[in-house]
Amino acid sequence: MSDALEAAMREQEQRLGIRISMSHEKEPLGTAGPLALARDLLAEDGEPFFVLNSDVICEFPFAALASFHRQHGGEGSLVVTRVEEPAKYGVVVCEADTGRICRFVEKPRVFVSNKINAGLYIFNPGILQRIQLRPTSIEKEIFPAMAQDGQLYAMELQGFWMDIGQPKDFLTGMCMYLQALRAQHPEKLHSGPGVVGNVLVDPSAKIGANCVIGPNVTIGAGVVVEDGVRIKRCTVLEGARIRSHSWLESCIVGWSCSVGQWVRMENVTVLGEDVIVNDELYLNGANVLPHKSIAESVPEPRIIM
Amino acid sequence: MPLKAVILIGGPQKGTRFRPLSFEVPKPLFPVAGVPMVQHHIEACAKVPGLKEILLMGFYQPNEALSRFLVSAQQEFKIPIRYLQEYAALGTGGGIYHFRDQILAGGAEAFFVLNADVCSEFPLQEMLEFRQQHGDVHSFVILGTTANRTQALNYGCIVANTDTQEVQHYVEKPSTFVSEIINCGIYLFTPAIFQHIGEVFQRNQQELALEESSNGWQRAEVIRLEQDVFTALAGRGKLYVYKTDGFWSQIKSAGSAIYASRLYLNQYSKSHPERLAQNKPGGPVIRGNVYIHPTASIDSTAVVSAGWGCPRAGRCSGVPRASLSSLSSSPPFLLTAGSQRLHWGGCDSGRWRACARVHRPARCLTPCKQGLPEGVGVNPHPLQGGSSSLHSPLLHSRITPVSSIPLWAGTAQSGAGPGLKEHQATPTPTIPMPRSTVRPFSGMGASHHPSQSWVSLCCVEWP
Repeated sequence: MSDALEAAMREQEQRLGIRISMSHEKEPLGTAGPLALARDLLAEDGEPFFVLNSDVICEFPFAALASFHRQHGGEGSLVVTRVEEPAKYGVVVCEADTGRICRFVEKPRVFVSNKINAGLYIFNPGILQRIQLRPTSIEKEIFPAMAQDGQLYAMELQGFWMDIGQPKDFLTGMCMYLQALRAQHPEKLHSGPGVVGNVLVDPSAKIGANCVIGPNVTIGAGVVVEDGVRIKRCTVLEGARIRSHSWLESCIVGWSCSVGQWVRMENVTVLGEDVIVNDELYLNGANVLPHKSIAESVPEPRIIM
Repeated sequence: MPLKAVILIGGPQKGTRFRPLSFEVPKPLFPVAGVPMVQHHIEACAKVPGLKEILLMGFYQPNEALSRFLVSAQQEFKIPIRYLQEYAALGTGGGIYHFRDQILAGGAEAFFVLNADVCSEFPLQEMLEFRQQHGDVHSFVILGTTANRTQALNYGCIVANTDTQEVQHYVEKPSTFVSEIINCGIYLFTPAIFQHIGEVFQRNQQELALEESSNGWQRAEVIRLEQDVFTALAGRGKLYVYKTDGFWSQIKSAGSAIYASRLYLNQYSKSHPERLAQNKPGGPVIRGNVYIHPTASIDSTAVVSAGWGCPRAGRCSGVPRASLSSLSSSPPFLLTAGSQRLHWGGCDSGRWRACARVHRPARCLTPCKQGLPEGVGVNPHPLQGGSSSLHSPLLHSRITPVSSIPLWAGTAQSGAGPGLKEHQATPTPTIPMPRSTVRPFSGMGASHHPSQSWVSLCCVEWP
């Protein structure tokens, strides 16, 4: 796994012209421990550094966060986002005018705030003195102490935000991302006959005749979509093949999968890598592990092992 | 300051929870405490100084009942009232946005928006004063009330700054507890609200332009004030909540109209004592707040009571003690003329039970429980399924339609002999009630085939 990650990062380094270093935890160190592990990398120039959770998606307001951080001069800043039902989350209580965080409340029973930690931070290297090299939670152990010292500030996020750790939320996050792309870089989106709404298609993908794709579809490199296929609200990963006249809604199709003809898949059906779905099947919320071959329909949501 | 009021009355497919009553009469005209539901709203609006016009807004086809009501209400309250018909169900925000020019015509500086399906004291004047006191005349005000933690989840929940009453957070029907302050569905807006609704409209339009055209039922014009507008306005210094201690209730289901009736009847003792029935020599016995339509006639032996006391609570078979004792402060006994087609029955305390029953033709739309067991007790929610309380197969077979429904009432006649005694209300059809088929019960449904239904009155001894 780490080889694949490393290769992917090398590729991004080339593409973006930046240096990407990897710090590998031999044992899970929680959300703060890894920072201690990478102490030398992070503190080398004495400048503030960003820390991101990888499973959230938003418009990543780095410039705004950096200038907010410089302005207040505290040790750390975190991005917060508003939610409808704070009781489901840990919320951040901060001063309305300065953003200085007073405290954190886990799953509040009475309303104290509707802002939650969005998983995007910027810290001065000084924070590393607070973190020891052992499994540590940044949210539970480091932040409360920083807030107590008045060193932690919150900046409210504008625009969309989604924790995309689960397939259902991943698809929702994808829709939000494509919508944001429509606003900022509409030229990156695909258009043409049979394309509906926000659709992102890799240039190497092939789409057959009489297909209707979209809204909210992402199609990866080398994907082949045969004739007469209907796809909406799906992500189709690299190398997959969707055979003719299939109908897909709210699915994630894994790498190198093959979906047969006249198949219907819906309701957050997720196919792992290299799954084969035979012709004329119905998959409802199926969660299929890699390298499986599906020969019969899955009428109710379940895991196929 | 010219003011206006908009009353959102919804439309025909909206009243499903109000069936079967909404088959016959548009829900907003359903009488609550003797007058059409929205007349309470209109009356409250008409009292606000400077309120120039009332606009009813909904997607009912213009109909005779509505037009007649509008004409009579205009005469009674001396204020222009118009009905603006939405071309489709546009949601709580879409309608006012579509008709914004009509609302603002005449230079309205502010306007109230009231949902028709609530019963309230309508403290409109207080909302205006609250807005004055809070300094910012451009802010919007939601009327809020306090619910308990569980109930609150069924409503729009509001978190407000305890000092300023500014809304910090708004969420419609959350799955977890957010706040005990709930949205009463009564708002005070300035014309600036249309900018905020307009933003939602623009966004909807952009999003829908990208969607499939086959989804014809989705419209950019459909805007929900609560989810689309209030949620976004919360925490922006624009939205305030005025908390009322006055009575308030939703009128969603048919059963909740009973509770609403009680609230309004209680209010009548202050606001409209003339509407409440009085004890008169030679008339029926009136207990508590009771409304009786002028055209109704009631036998002098009848007792019409606002309470539901039952001296043998808990001993009546089939009814748990708890549900009976909780009835003691329950719905008022309410009677109206037959033409209004709503019927509630009740029981009175005492040895003699008052029972009223609705007879229906066999073709009734609600399921009829045939051949109920002995000793069927009190149904605490007469209009929620209680309509099927008693249908004896025997009576079914004897039904002959009558053209008008007379009044009927439950009664308890003290001093009557033991055994079984029956009163037939005038001009009830002359079917003798076989002794064996008379069961005590209370709670009656509305008849949705009024021309083929009637009600009879009987007195039986509680088992």
